[in-house]
Amino acid sequence: MNKNRPVNLDISTISLPVTAIISILHRISGVILFAVVALLLWALHTSLASEEGFAQVGQVFGHPIAKIVLWGSLAALAYHLVAGVRHLIMDAGVGESLEGGRMGAKIVAVVAVILIALAGVWVW
Amino acid sequence: MVTAVTSFGRSGLYDWLIQRVSAVVLAAYTLFMVAYLVLNPDLTYTQWQGLFDQLWMRIFSFVTLISIVAHAWIGLWSVLTDYLTSRMMGGKAVVLRVLAQVCLGVVAVTYTIWGIEILWGL
Ligand code: HEM
Repeated sequence: MNKNRPVNLDISTISLPVTAIISILHRISGVILFAVVALLLWALHTSLASEEGFAQVGQVFGHPIAKIVLWGSLAALAYHLVAGVRHLIMDAGVGESLEGGRMGAKIVAVVAVILIALAGVWVW
Repeated sequence: MVTAVTSFGRSGLYDWLIQRVSAVVLAAYTLFMVAYLVLNPDLTYTQWQGLFDQLWMRIFSFVTLISIVAHAWIGLWSVLTDYLTSRMMGGKAVVLRVLAQVCLGVVAVTYTIWGIEILWGL
């Protein structure tokens, strides 16, 4: 490979079509989820340790700030899952055209917004 | 360009496949947990503990945890090799990337062992 190919990494001159936005959000949500695993392990550990621990987890997630964190985590999970399923569908050869890619990205956006709203209803 | 490769499955194709298989496991566990929690709004400690007392649930949870670690390792490797490159930051990129991967490795091992402790109460 030619190591001296011209590169443009000036973000401000790169346009972000819907497919690129869907893609970068998948990446960001994936990184967030890796941190969220620590929270989930804590919740699992505490809730299984004892009756008091179980009540404590319920109490912690009742706090307004914890609810926001929980909702944010669920939102990252819901988004990453929906965009991940799009990856799997495209890996199977479905919707690989430019139009198909755009359409898939829009479907991901709509489904993710619905799921994230539902997660909000469930948390509050 | 990235020249030092510290990937997971030793080949890109393997990584790709592991990431797909782990994604399916993670999706299954997520759907299961969401369904369980939504169907049991008045969950009690006894019920919850009873669920994780069953061998299949422990195995399902453990396979999920291993999938998370493999999936995130491969995924974050892609992220690191995209941004911590010698094109972006010169020679120190390799050092930084290896450091970042060591940190990731520590977290991954911690998650795994912590998970085993929770599930089997060592
Ligand atoms: C706790 C759970 C999860 C964590 C920590 C996680 C983390 C990540 C990360 C960091 C990436 C790399 C993103 C990138 O390269 O831009 C990734 C990619 C991916 N994730 Fe997840 N993920 C999780 C759950 C899921 C689930 C439930 C699915 C369901 C379908 C999924 C499907 C995918 C797919 C298909 C990719 C590959 C994208 C590509 O090849 O570019 N992930 N994940």
